[in-house]
Amino acid sequence: MQLQDYGLILAFFVLVLAPAPWLGRYLYRAMEGERTLLTPLLQPLERACYRFAGIDRKREQDWKTYALALLAFTLASLLTLFAILLLQGVLPLNPQQLPGLEWTLAFNTAVSFVTNTNWQAYSGEAALSYFSQAVGLAVQNFVSPAVGLAILVAFSRGIARKSSAGIGNFWVDLTRATLYGLLPLCLILALLLVWQGVPQTFMDYAQAKTLLGADQTIPLGPAASQIAIKQLGTNGGGFFGVNSAHPFENPTALSNLLELAAILLIPAALVFSFGHYVRDLRQSRAILACMLILFVIGLGVTLWAEHQPNPALAALPIEQAGSMEGKESRFGVAGSALWAVTTTAASNGSVNAMHDSFSAIGGLVPMFNMMLGEVIFGGVGAGLYGMLLFVLIAVFLAGLMIGRTPEYLGKKLEAREVRLLVATLLVMPVGVLVLSALAVSLPGPAASITNPGAHGFSQALYAYTSGTANNGSAFAGFGANTPFHNLLIGLAMLLGRFGYILPILAIAGSLAAKKRAPLNDNSFPTHGPLFVTLLTLTILLVGGLTFLPALALGPLAEHLAF
Amino acid sequence: MNAPTRVSTGAQTPKTSFQALWQPALKQAFVKLDPRQLKRAPVMLVVELTAILTTVLCFVPAQGVSTGLAVQIALWLWFTVLFANFAEALAEGRGKARADSLKAGSQGLTARRKVGAQFQAVAASQLRRGDVVRVEAGELIPGDGEVIEGIAAVNEAAITGESAPVIRESGGDRSAVTGNTRVVSDWLLVQITANPGESTLDRMIALVEGAKRQKTPNEVALDILLIGLSLIFLLVVATLQPFARFAGGDLPLVYLAALLVTLIPTTIGGLLSAIGIAGMDRLVRLNVIAKSGRAVEAAGDVHTLLLDKTGTITFGNRRCSALVKAPGVNGRDLAEAALLASLADDTAEGKSVVEYLRALSPVEVPERGAVRGIAFSAETRLSGADWDGRSFRKGAVDAVLQYLGMSREGMPEALAREVDKIAQSGGTPLLVAGDNRLFGAIHLKDVVKPGIRERFAELRQLGIRTVMVTGDNPLTAAAIAAEAGVDDVIAEATPEKKLQRIRSEQADGKLVAMCGDGANDAPALAQADVGLAMNDGTQAAREAANLVDLDSDPTKLLDVVQVGKELLVTRGALTTFSVANDVAKYFAILPALFAGIYPQLGTLNVMQLHSPQSAILSAIVFNALIIVALIPLALRGVRVQAADAASLLRRNLLIYGLGGILAPFVGIKLIDVLLVAVGLV
Repeated sequence: MQLQDYGLILAFFVLVLAPAPWLGRYLYRAMEGERTLLTPLLQPLERACYRFAGIDRKREQDWKTYALALLAFTLASLLTLFAILLLQGVLPLNPQQLPGLEWTLAFNTAVSFVTNTNWQAYSGEAALSYFSQAVGLAVQNFVSPAVGLAILVAFSRGIARKSSAGIGNFWVDLTRATLYGLLPLCLILALLLVWQGVPQTFMDYAQAKTLLGADQTIPLGPAASQIAIKQLGTNGGGFFGVNSAHPFENPTALSNLLELAAILLIPAALVFSFGHYVRDLRQSRAILACMLILFVIGLGVTLWAEHQPNPALAALPIEQAGSMEGKESRFGVAGSALWAVTTTAASNGSVNAMHDSFSAIGGLVPMFNMMLGEVIFGGVGAGLYGMLLFVLIAVFLAGLMIGRTPEYLGKKLEAREVRLLVATLLVMPVGVLVLSALAVSLPGPAASITNPGAHGFSQALYAYTSGTANNGSAFAGFGANTPFHNLLIGLAMLLGRFGYILPILAIAGSLAAKKRAPLNDNSFPTHGPLFVTLLTLTILLVGGLTFLPALALGPLAEHLAF
Repeated sequence: MNAPTRVSTGAQTPKTSFQALWQPALKQAFVKLDPRQLKRAPVMLVVELTAILTTVLCFVPAQGVSTGLAVQIALWLWFTVLFANFAEALAEGRGKARADSLKAGSQGLTARRKVGAQFQAVAASQLRRGDVVRVEAGELIPGDGEVIEGIAAVNEAAITGESAPVIRESGGDRSAVTGNTRVVSDWLLVQITANPGESTLDRMIALVEGAKRQKTPNEVALDILLIGLSLIFLLVVATLQPFARFAGGDLPLVYLAALLVTLIPTTIGGLLSAIGIAGMDRLVRLNVIAKSGRAVEAAGDVHTLLLDKTGTITFGNRRCSALVKAPGVNGRDLAEAALLASLADDTAEGKSVVEYLRALSPVEVPERGAVRGIAFSAETRLSGADWDGRSFRKGAVDAVLQYLGMSREGMPEALAREVDKIAQSGGTPLLVAGDNRLFGAIHLKDVVKPGIRERFAELRQLGIRTVMVTGDNPLTAAAIAAEAGVDDVIAEATPEKKLQRIRSEQADGKLVAMCGDGANDAPALAQADVGLAMNDGTQAAREAANLVDLDSDPTKLLDVVQVGKELLVTRGALTTFSVANDVAKYFAILPALFAGIYPQLGTLNVMQLHSPQSAILSAIVFNALIIVALIPLALRGVRVQAADAASLLRRNLLIYGLGGILAPFVGIKLIDVLLVAVGLV
């Protein structure tokens, strides 16, 4: 690695971690309706939204009402987006006269954006009109992370409150998350990106004559705003087909750094918001430490693996500074590896290199990150609530060993909570293992796999992992746009989203109703190095035990073949 | 905690030695193979189903798997189930042996049931709640009940192991009787309070019998987690075949069956029931009957213990702890006067004075006949003796002053100061007078039981606060509280005050344990999360509480807390161990499984196991044997040291977490070497 690579990694950590305590506190205050910097500006707008929609912002919902509101909102979003994609041919803002999408693709894409996955079985500039991008997808890019954030605060309230039925109001949480959280940050990032040269226009694609005299159509569009939210909202659905490897999406080194940091900005800050909810920032520091440990391990392994020369070329008389196949020379090995680890730690589907071309181990890390359920920072809200589930599992597994009924922050974990926890534990194995087993054993769907043997298996495994984990990044090389995969990956995405959300809201409701036992030296310690170690090992153990056999048949076998 | 626990001296201590238990347990291990019984342990049911499948597969030749190997795998799968059953049977055996010996007495017992004005002989087993029976001297009481008429001495040795008979009478706090205890004098009219199957004895048996036992809340939660883990591993194993086929291979079903069983948490799944039964059995051996396992588990979670001062923290009688001379009195004279004034006093206080003086120095005791004892009378409020023409008296300060015709101001100043000091320190001052002269004062005080202070300190380390409940005035109460080292005190306690305190603690999210015996304790016992009633207390208290101590020893509450904690720690430790074991098993089985598809995965064979066959067999053998190896730990329970949660966690994580990861690497390798040496693979 060279000096600028270290500089990039250092700058990245500073940009992510330095604002986190401040931003976390701001988000907490904003979500709880307390006064913030932006309140004078945004509160009239917020109130207007409630008046328009007839929402009583003081009315608390119990978990079932909260979940019903969320389901209703998601269903409405899904149907609207599905309709827009089917009918884009007759809708406005379609200068290229693009036709409506085939129905399984429209379903897959609608599910993908509503669940904050942003899996793209289509190529943006070739298939979607400006209307579909700006009205259909961009709206979901905002509200789907806002939903994640809403669930996180509802869950945090469940842990923090005692003997309470309510866990907040979904409509209020959704509104505040969008208005106070995502909009202002996106505005800033979009302007920065425009400054760096990302296009932001509703004009037709540009026509150019090349030096050789050929005609070339250069796709344009309202890209900067879309890219800002795709990064900040851990979405990842690129404006252009090759995503952040495209020079219009990611024109400079600075834009690359900004886009990278934007992915983890909110997820890192939310860890501190949680600490404010439970009035104990030590909890935040412990969770953050665990996330950082897992992140640094993954990054270290990937950087090492990608700096190895490509073994397939080892016999040839060429000097290799690392494996450059599938990587943008503008970003190099470090910039690509950092991007891959960051996006898969979070639930961001954007790519600036082809993960398919990574070395076997370099490709294993992103896959394993996703298999853990994307809890290393993770998606907006979703990452931390996934992490909190692991915290509860660690507490339950080891909690008995101090001679008390397991308790997290004074809340007892009993049969009901464990049942719900187990339900969430089953999501990844069902989505990843069962669905990809289905995909590889049927001859038709298996034909989408473009490589033989272990690498081919990795392609399918990656696709279903990405879908279930609501990540959206693709391994490339996997022909995902077939009716079978469109439907099955759509199912995986729905499972990965609601298989977590519904049990989590139920746990939130059940914890909120409980009494809170006093915390002292004899409560289970959920901060400090001991707990950080326990939590880290629990995550690795659960992920490892579930996926080691599958990984052995994919990237491990591929790696060990050389 | 190492405070003394009373060892039951029961006449019929059942044989609990291993030799007496293992044979029936072995037989039971086979009986328990019945899937209807096994479904209470879902993980083991999965193992049994897998064993059945594997047995069938032994007759279906598969490529790459010799019949010999298949048979061995099937056998070890059956052993896994049998070992788990054996553990449960062994745990049951100990408790059952005791229960059976108690129950033996009640076979064919008849009772005289009151019908109208008549009495009619019926079998004890036909008695229902509300029936009234008459029990004469020499007969066994046919069931749990309450004395409604009569007074009698009852020998409760069969239940409590205490051979001295106790008095049972109607009304008051000593009206409850227990079935199978013997009336040794007079007669009683007893109203039965338990239907058949609900008596103390039945409850005791139900707690230690696997098939009838109710699972405790934590056990239920743990069971769900274990089922969840099993399900995950089922998915992992089931999807391996399509994955392998995609890679152009085919995995033998027998191997997959073996992988499934090694991965699912069989260690804890097989021992969970034994742990629960053994925990209850430890309670039974402490002579504490739990009405439900829930209360025992709650005892491990308790934050606050409400303890009665008398009988729990102190011996219950005030005892002489010092003598104070009046000015100008010789020490010997004071000692002599105090001795003579107490010789004829049969109260505990009087005896304690004599004991105290004897322990101090050998004193000549005049012959008892020569002494004319003056018993305490309500009129004079003095006791003492006349001897050799001299008269000695002792009593409360004002009573003695009145006897001497002295005013409080007339008392020598030095003595008056000492007397005030005794009162302030929570003690009771008595004055000693002889020959119309004031000799000095006796310092009587409540004596705190030895070792109790240390025990409270241990509890504090485990995060449990102790609150002393006493009827004493706040001054006295505070003095004893300081000496005993309790955290808080409720002075001038009334049952309402107690109840109030429990409610306010619970409102803060705390769990409260208390013990009590009187009828007026019943509401507080019912309100407390853990209520321990004394067996010789009232029926109301026994019904309100969720634990009954047969020895009527309130300090048992501390033991119950200990057992509750051990129960939880043992489950947690074995769960962690069981899950941690899987890491090594993967490293044994995965390379073996995929050897035919991707030979390069042999790199994962870090244990350098001999062959794929020996690797798989070693893993399955280890998986079965580890259950046997851990049976003693499951039955004994993991000890809980007095320490804060972080150090307990660190210690147990190191032993059972890290140990759980490392142990199978060593174990599987050893078994592999052994199997190869013996030539089984």
